[in-house]
Amino acid sequence: MNDQAQNTMKAGRVATVHTDRAHDSAIKHVTGRATYIDDILEPAGLLHAYVGVSQVAHGRIRSINLDAVRACEGVVAVITAADVPGVNDTSPMHTLDEPIFADGEVQFCGQVLFAVAAHDRDTARRAARLAEVDIEPLPAILDIEDAMAAEAWVAEPHEMNRGDVDPTLANAPRRLQGELETGGQDHFYLEGQASLAIPGEDGDLTIHASSQHPSEMQHLVAQALGRADNTVTVEVRRMGGAFGGKETQAAQWAVIAALLADRTGRPVKIRLDRDDDMVSTGKRHEFRFRYDVGFDDKGRILALDVELAARCGYSADLSGPISDRAMFHSDNGYYLPNVRIRSYRCKTHTVSNTAFRGFGGPQGMMGIERVIDAIAGELGVDPLAVRMANLYGDAPRNVTPYKMVVEDNVLHQLMPELAEKAAYQRRREQIEAFNRSSPVIKRGIALTPVKFGISFTTSFLNQAGALVHIYKDGSVHLNHGGTEMGQGLFIKVAQVVADALQLPLQDIKITATSTGKVPNTSATAASSGSDMNAMAALDAVKKLLGRLTAFAAEEQGIGAEGVRYEQGEFVAGDERVPFKDMVMRAYLGRISLSATGYYRTPKIWYDRDKAEGRPFLYFAYGAAVSEVEVDTLTGEHRLTRVDILHDCGRSLNPAIDLGQIEGGFVQGAGWLTSEELWWDDKGALRTHAPSTYKIPTASDVPEAFHAEIWEGGRNREPTIHRSKAVGEPPLMLAISVHSALCQAIAAASPQGGTVALDAPATPERVLMCLQGRRQSG
Amino acid sequence: MISIYSCGMETFSVNGQPAEFEGDPATPLLWVIRDHIGLKGTKFGCGIGQCGACTVHIDGRAVRSCMTPVSGAAGKSVTTIEGLAPSEEKLHPVQLAWLEMDVPQCGYCQAGQIMAAAELIASNPAPDDDAIDQHMTNICRCGTYTRIRKAIHRASELSAEGS
Repeated sequence: MNDQAQNTMKAGRVATVHTDRAHDSAIKHVTGRATYIDDILEPAGLLHAYVGVSQVAHGRIRSINLDAVRACEGVVAVITAADVPGVNDTSPMHTLDEPIFADGEVQFCGQVLFAVAAHDRDTARRAARLAEVDIEPLPAILDIEDAMAAEAWVAEPHEMNRGDVDPTLANAPRRLQGELETGGQDHFYLEGQASLAIPGEDGDLTIHASSQHPSEMQHLVAQALGRADNTVTVEVRRMGGAFGGKETQAAQWAVIAALLADRTGRPVKIRLDRDDDMVSTGKRHEFRFRYDVGFDDKGRILALDVELAARCGYSADLSGPISDRAMFHSDNGYYLPNVRIRSYRCKTHTVSNTAFRGFGGPQGMMGIERVIDAIAGELGVDPLAVRMANLYGDAPRNVTPYKMVVEDNVLHQLMPELAEKAAYQRRREQIEAFNRSSPVIKRGIALTPVKFGISFTTSFLNQAGALVHIYKDGSVHLNHGGTEMGQGLFIKVAQVVADALQLPLQDIKITATSTGKVPNTSATAASSGSDMNAMAALDAVKKLLGRLTAFAAEEQGIGAEGVRYEQGEFVAGDERVPFKDMVMRAYLGRISLSATGYYRTPKIWYDRDKAEGRPFLYFAYGAAVSEVEVDTLTGEHRLTRVDILHDCGRSLNPAIDLGQIEGGFVQGAGWLTSEELWWDDKGALRTHAPSTYKIPTASDVPEAFHAEIWEGGRNREPTIHRSKAVGEPPLMLAISVHSALCQAIAAASPQGGTVALDAPATPERVLMCLQGRRQSG
Repeated sequence: MISIYSCGMETFSVNGQPAEFEGDPATPLLWVIRDHIGLKGTKFGCGIGQCGACTVHIDGRAVRSCMTPVSGAAGKSVTTIEGLAPSEEKLHPVQLAWLEMDVPQCGYCQAGQIMAAAELIASNPAPDDDAIDQHMTNICRCGTYTRIRKAIHRASELSAEGS
């Protein structure tokens, strides 16, 4: 539908899209009635499963003696790799490197060895501790440095090239080299991994899971059982948070519950304890970023050579596409005329890292923003000036390192607008004055942009389906392949359907995602949930309206063009038939009132061998200003003010989208400042609870927090009502916090140059950075 | 929906209904509420009293029920999210404010957040931002903190209007 048609359709009525609507479950959330996996009424005969895991990072399994586990009163079944009837694997990209149960070799501390089903959860957990496991330790690679030295990869290195990097670097008026490390991040979805498997007849299974990817889970369960996908149905009503951590990481637990349910013929539930969840499931990739940049006296980048090394853990999982996305975002919003980006996907004997909101994008972006700060430090100028000087512009300065033309850049408008709103220049001057008179407390301010590519970079994933029924009474049943994890997808899609049907929003029944209703879905990921599923749902609605309109015309004996649907009524000449009445008439007239809808993202392609193409339909943009205060004696710091302007195109639901912006920023700030994952020298994660892993709470978010949706936003691509994806991009707005910390640290010593602060910028790391500069300066 | 164990060791009330629990008195109150009484609104988050998803009231005081032994509730009055409001038609001011400010995203932590906020409003009818930050130590991984703060201010107004 083009814009004109949409406007005509909307004439004379209140639109449901582009308005603030409450989350579909809001009333249930605040009264405690929203049902998560562990809240589902338990079926009779339910068993509870738990797992036993490896305490060794890398080793050969000599023996696993499970006699004591089996002998435990209340234990009903115990299974290991030998008991998997089908394929012992849960790898998402069929790399066959992620066993359900370790077989022969263990590759990380926390890897699952076996599973127990018992009458109650306490018994299952206690029994799992009784196994006698004998593992012969082998040398373990635990960090990026060792993996790079050993050339240990989970996927082949990849390179992107343009122009003449080496000669331009050699001849550049100025040149800098540096390194930045960004730590991982635990998802800490408040609802941990959980699945409930219920056996049916003929070996069928129904799985209720907390999963972003029901279709993949369905396939992996079927594959483990050696059955066809059509024997398994996965249903997801909602997740208590996911953030990428339930894209691939949910499958293993569902598969274990399914195997035990199949073996015992009884329903089986598994819900991980928090510590085990943190130890045994993958996290955001830690990255090491090295750069060599050549630039002119104005700070314009002439050439950039980048090396990205990701700590992937023991298996491939999604590390390939995540590293690709880091490469795709190593430019952020900046034109890099001569550029080489090399990416290494390092294999380590640690838990396999995975998707996390931003999917490598944040790590790539942190790298280039460090380069910009380094250039500004070298030249002694405001980093914002360097940012503006390097932004994508008109041809030829509008082509990314992967040869995609940036057609929709809005940073030239958005960034100055934000700088004005946030009084950036005035505050920067005030901060400089403050810092001159304040020996211990130093302040810093930074404005950083975000340009984030929207679409799965694996092109075939960019497809979605929906199923819409209209029942005889005129009520509407909506289903689609997207999953609800708190992002408000369900209400946004329902808004689109209500708008197209011109019905009140409450007339649209939102239903749980089910592989039995919409098959072959992609994960709800890559920020693409609304873009794709709302389009698919709209396609289904258009089919239904088309049938109803044709039927009304036939009844009237006129052509379909003589019937209009407006304000919930079919209008033919003088006759106006309300939707409900027409539905009943159509039913009696034997018209199908159920339709599937489908969408595939247009225009996108990518030739990975050449590292060029158009992997993204469009870009989402935003920018943030953060101000911080650092105690230079302790390294402690505080975020004191945040201003955000973010582009949602024409937002489908500003209240929901603004929530994503606020929450994404907070989560990003946690990643970059307080959330530190720490493994010991044996490869065991020692920060496996919120007592040692610091997630932001209310007191970490400043009172002065001004987030706005950019009023100028509009998607130049014909996305659903010209909106833009908003799930991931705001997380990267928090790079401004890290950059502001670097500014404050710079103010603490007279020397200029680069502030080599890694992430997370814990007080300890800030203090070490300050001390390093004092010693060298 | 409240099941009563007649030969129990601990007697207390949950949302105004008498309840008894037979078993290990060290059993965390959370599991008694969820598994024995069957009220699922109170959530398990971390199990070590850090995240606050399991927050309930004992005699009006907010406690982390995953670390509170059921014996700690003996003879006392427990209130969970299900019992905070007299009915769905008459929600607690904190719940109303939460709806008005569109606070919840995934919703999982929100019962705990609301119970913590309700205690704050009861003890400090008009808390300032500092008081809110001091009191609200619950984790929300969706990062809804700016709205939680606004909603507590709004709940404070609603309480004042209602009283």
